[in-house]
Amino acid sequence: MDLKDLYRDVILDHNKSPRLFGRLDPADSSADGHNPLCGDRLHITLKLEDDRVSDLRFDGKGCAISVASASLMCEAVKGKRRTEIAHLFSEIHEVLTHHDAPVPDDLGKLAALSGVREFPVRVKCASLCWHTLNAALDRKAEPVKTE
Amino acid sequence: MSAKPEIAGVYDVQRVWRDFPILQRQVHGKPLVFLDSAASSQRPESVIAAVDDYERLHHANVHRGVHQLSQEATAMFERARERVREFVNAASTREVIFTRGTTESINLVAQAYARPRLQRGDEILLTGLEHHANIVPWQLVAGQTGAIVKAVPMDRRGVIDVATVAAHMNERTRIVACAHVSNALGTVLPVREITRLAHARGAVVLIDGAQAVPHQRVDLKALDCDFYAFSAHKMYGPTGIGALIGRESLLEAMPPWQGGGDMILTVSFEKTTFNELPFKFEAGTPNISGAVGMAAAIDYIDSIGIENIRTHEHRLLALATRKLEGVPGLTIIGTAPDKAAVISFTIDGIHPHDLGTILDADGVAVRTGHHCAMPVMEFFNVAATARASFACYSRESDVDALVSALAKAREVFS
Repeated sequence: MDLKDLYRDVILDHNKSPRLFGRLDPADSSADGHNPLCGDRLHITLKLEDDRVSDLRFDGKGCAISVASASLMCEAVKGKRRTEIAHLFSEIHEVLTHHDAPVPDDLGKLAALSGVREFPVRVKCASLCWHTLNAALDRKAEPVKTE
Repeated sequence: MSAKPEIAGVYDVQRVWRDFPILQRQVHGKPLVFLDSAASSQRPESVIAAVDDYERLHHANVHRGVHQLSQEATAMFERARERVREFVNAASTREVIFTRGTTESINLVAQAYARPRLQRGDEILLTGLEHHANIVPWQLVAGQTGAIVKAVPMDRRGVIDVATVAAHMNERTRIVACAHVSNALGTVLPVREITRLAHARGAVVLIDGAQAVPHQRVDLKALDCDFYAFSAHKMYGPTGIGALIGRESLLEAMPPWQGGGDMILTVSFEKTTFNELPFKFEAGTPNISGAVGMAAAIDYIDSIGIENIRTHEHRLLALATRKLEGVPGLTIIGTAPDKAAVISFTIDGIHPHDLGTILDADGVAVRTGHHCAMPVMEFFNVAATARASFACYSRESDVDALVSALAKAREVFS
């Protein structure tokens, strides 16, 4: 196993300087995510225009993988329609959980997370933000757990 | 089994290390550096061989049947009970109940001792550094009875002060339950003084000894607590077996916890009479091979000498503390003057989970997370820590491997 495959420069950069970090106030929806295994906590706020996420922010505490994944996700989904987000989610989910799944070109910078799949205990770190975003889009009130 | 590796006052750790087959393996192409013994220690060859011998030659059900194998299995199981009694200097084997481990032991006391006795408003006093296993069973019984769970706070070093414990006791305190040694911080608690205080108030004392028994001599006659719980797998024995040592008069007065075979004398559909101690609390076929392995683990500890292990670990703890304090950005969480072989720490700018992965790539196994002690993490305002813990087989070179792997982690996150 190669640590460089997990901690790629893009990930280290987004961990150090997370993009779209903070909270929107007012927001159209929000959700909390919690990974009890490592104590990671995320909060996502977003604004919707029709079926488009016009803006969003995340904040919270977590490991490098969870912070970078949230930062990359926020950049990737901002301005996208629900259907496009659902498509991205299914692609990243496939990449994270299948050892030999091809990495689709349209993942863009999110492809940097593909190294996580070699570290199965860390997959939940990368997917927490996506589950939290889905919860915010579904307007679920209760916190999301990955356990 | 190896002879006492105390050679002219020098602890031969290399010799002890060689007794543990798993330590010779590699992880990710690197020699394994196992620094997670507080979660579960490894087993020496002698324990593996004792369990193997039992399985191959002696297994049958215990306390049943007159055939040879059943007699042999029964003798080995009961000899294991006697070894456990000796190990902690309990008064009698009637006070030694085999359980699945510390967690089950505490649940047994909560349900069979506390639940029938607690009244609404009675208090169960814990401390702020408890493992979840010594919190949740009490919350459950509090929910069932209307009793209240309170916790004695620790100070910034992770010390539980006797005067603070005293200040938290009152006429409603019925049970005091605390760790002997903290799994998350390493703090050794003043359990003898706490027991004395509690008894003066008429409260009953349970001590969670899971982290104490592998590191120091435990003398229950001197300690005088009412219940003492521990697990074999933290003291070089198998998982799924442990003990509850209880004061005989209390155990006698308690109703059985679970019903089934072995815990009865006679059964009819009208009335069942229960077996005597300790069998009253051992429903069903017990973990016989586990008990045999636990006894072998005690034999192993005795072969080295628990005082020798304690001295070795203390020396290593002091050395590791000094070396880790030299790592830039590293903060040790838990700095009690009296500590067992555990160092919890955080490093600025690197989440413990990332640390765990990076150390693992170097073959270094540490625990990362909340250590089943979320209130402790809350108190120190951290989501998680990394924890290195030492055992009889831990070497100075293991500490060096940890320090150099930490330097790599700092490089990755520079």
